[in-house]
Amino acid sequence: MEFKEITREENLVYKRTPLMTDTPLSYCPGCGHGTVHRLIMEVVEEMGIQEDTIGIAPVGCSVLAYDFMDVDFSQAAHGRAPAVATAIKRLWPEKFVFTYQGDGDLAAIGTAETIHACNRGENIAIFFVNNGIYGMTGGQMAPTTLEGMRSSTSPYGRNSETMGPPYKITELIAQLDGTHYVTRQAVHKPGPVRKAKKAIRKALELQKENKGLSFIEFVSNCNSGWKMTPNDSNIWMEENMFPFYPMGDIKVDGKLVKG
Amino acid sequence: MKGNEAIAEAAIRAGVDGYFGYPITPQSEVMEYLMLQKPEERTGMVVLQAESEVASINMVYGAAGTGKKVMTSSSSPGISLMQEGISYIAGAELPCLIVNVVRGGPGLGTIQPSQADYFQSTKGGGHGDYRLIVLAPASVQEMADFVDLGFELAFKYRNPTMILSDGLIGQMMEKVELPPQKERVTEFDQSWAITGKTKDRERNIITSLNLDPDKQYEHNLKLQEKYKSMEQDVMFEKIDCDDADFLLVAYGSSARICQKVVEMARSRGKKVGLLRPQTLYPFPSNELARMARKVKGMMAVELSAGQMVEDVRLAVNGKVPVSHYGMMGGKIHSPDDVLKALEDKYIGGY
Repeated sequence: MEFKEITREENLVYKRTPLMTDTPLSYCPGCGHGTVHRLIMEVVEEMGIQEDTIGIAPVGCSVLAYDFMDVDFSQAAHGRAPAVATAIKRLWPEKFVFTYQGDGDLAAIGTAETIHACNRGENIAIFFVNNGIYGMTGGQMAPTTLEGMRSSTSPYGRNSETMGPPYKITELIAQLDGTHYVTRQAVHKPGPVRKAKKAIRKALELQKENKGLSFIEFVSNCNSGWKMTPNDSNIWMEENMFPFYPMGDIKVDGKLVKG
Repeated sequence: MKGNEAIAEAAIRAGVDGYFGYPITPQSEVMEYLMLQKPEERTGMVVLQAESEVASINMVYGAAGTGKKVMTSSSSPGISLMQEGISYIAGAELPCLIVNVVRGGPGLGTIQPSQADYFQSTKGGGHGDYRLIVLAPASVQEMADFVDLGFELAFKYRNPTMILSDGLIGQMMEKVELPPQKERVTEFDQSWAITGKTKDRERNIITSLNLDPDKQYEHNLKLQEKYKSMEQDVMFEKIDCDDADFLLVAYGSSARICQKVVEMARSRGKKVGLLRPQTLYPFPSNELARMARKVKGMMAVELSAGQMVEDVRLAVNGKVPVSHYGMMGGKIHSPDDVLKALEDKYIGGY
């Protein structure tokens, strides 16, 4: 097929998400962050809520999330995004407010803010990308680093006896009355990407209905921090991360999913 | 009305949109009063008890980014905990009001009044080169008045304002004339505030991050220029200064004590005056330099081991001797204590 033929309107199956900016992503090739960014912006575009959406960027790899997503943004101090989002939503109850956070940000330094925003049932969405490591600072151990997993601060593997075991903050916050929708997703293959996008849509629709807090964990890779090729990191993630952080809904309509 | 209650009532009347706080003695009456008043019904003001001072200052940061009027209050240890957030607010150039009803330190210290947070408030407190606008009320009336003034200056410079009070001013009861009720503002500055990106403008981003060192340098130059320009809003009160040949310099509760000292000294025939800074940043350095040409000596009176005295000495620049007197918080100097110290200096010379 000729090039011109391929690029004809009816043959196009994919185009750049209009609400992603022209700024090249700062993420490593193979990283899941770009996909999660794109999915959030696709949903915002499809719902027609760009003018009413405010994002909160964390500290970590996605600190520059505001460079890539074309909505008003506030950057937050390390771990404090849920507190920042709480106040913005309280003052702008009609806006859609989401935080975008990594595992060190959300599950270590920001644990208090995460738990209390969830417990108050703030009507916001928390998008939590869990790659089991501190990426930005160079691959240190995170609260979500698996038992035995090597990192620059657990070079001989995480020893649960001295370093504490990894913990599942998503299951933890699902126990709180304030959370309405809690789910765990992935974005490494087309199937999971479609499911993840549905979850994002659901979270923002629920916010419109004032249902309270939606929390989506995206189990993702960090091929640089894990020191693997992108493909190997995805295989490793499926074999090691998914058994500990199982995919699927944890809480729907304010009720824990039995399973 | 108590000083702390005056702050709370004045906040409702100033049309404040949001208050985020955490209980700590001796300022808990601020949030207690607000909650009792049902400000969500009176003006639509949001009042939220946060899980910590860390959360409350970050709520203030988030809310200030919307362009609305927001504030918090705390006392010394809580303010220490907020310093990272305050640095972010200064770096991101957001307007807000922070009230510090100071207690004695360091550490958990005491719940009694102190003025030992002067350095922390006027020299930065958190990391980086930044300044707060610092207002020092000396009466319950000023507790009320400085709320509106604090927001006016905060929005003028897009900078956090701190009301630096202490346990004495916060807890004492005085008559107060309350300001009239202001409407809450509904139009926000689209040039910077996060209000939702409309088609006719670029997205607004609230951040204090500049990875590019050149940009950070430029940002810092701009901030420094802003801090310097604040000098035009310096405020102070002069009591019996015209014929004075000895000057007391004191703010807040110490200024109240010194007012009495001036009376007592003058009844003994000593020409003593009092300069009371109402803004601690900007500091009335120029006025002190002028006064240094007229008086024989100065004494800074503070409830600390001597903090503001350093700024007085800088302003006077060696022209006249400057001494310090003060108990370090917890215990409060009486007018008699100050008068004795004054007479030692005044008569004993330097």
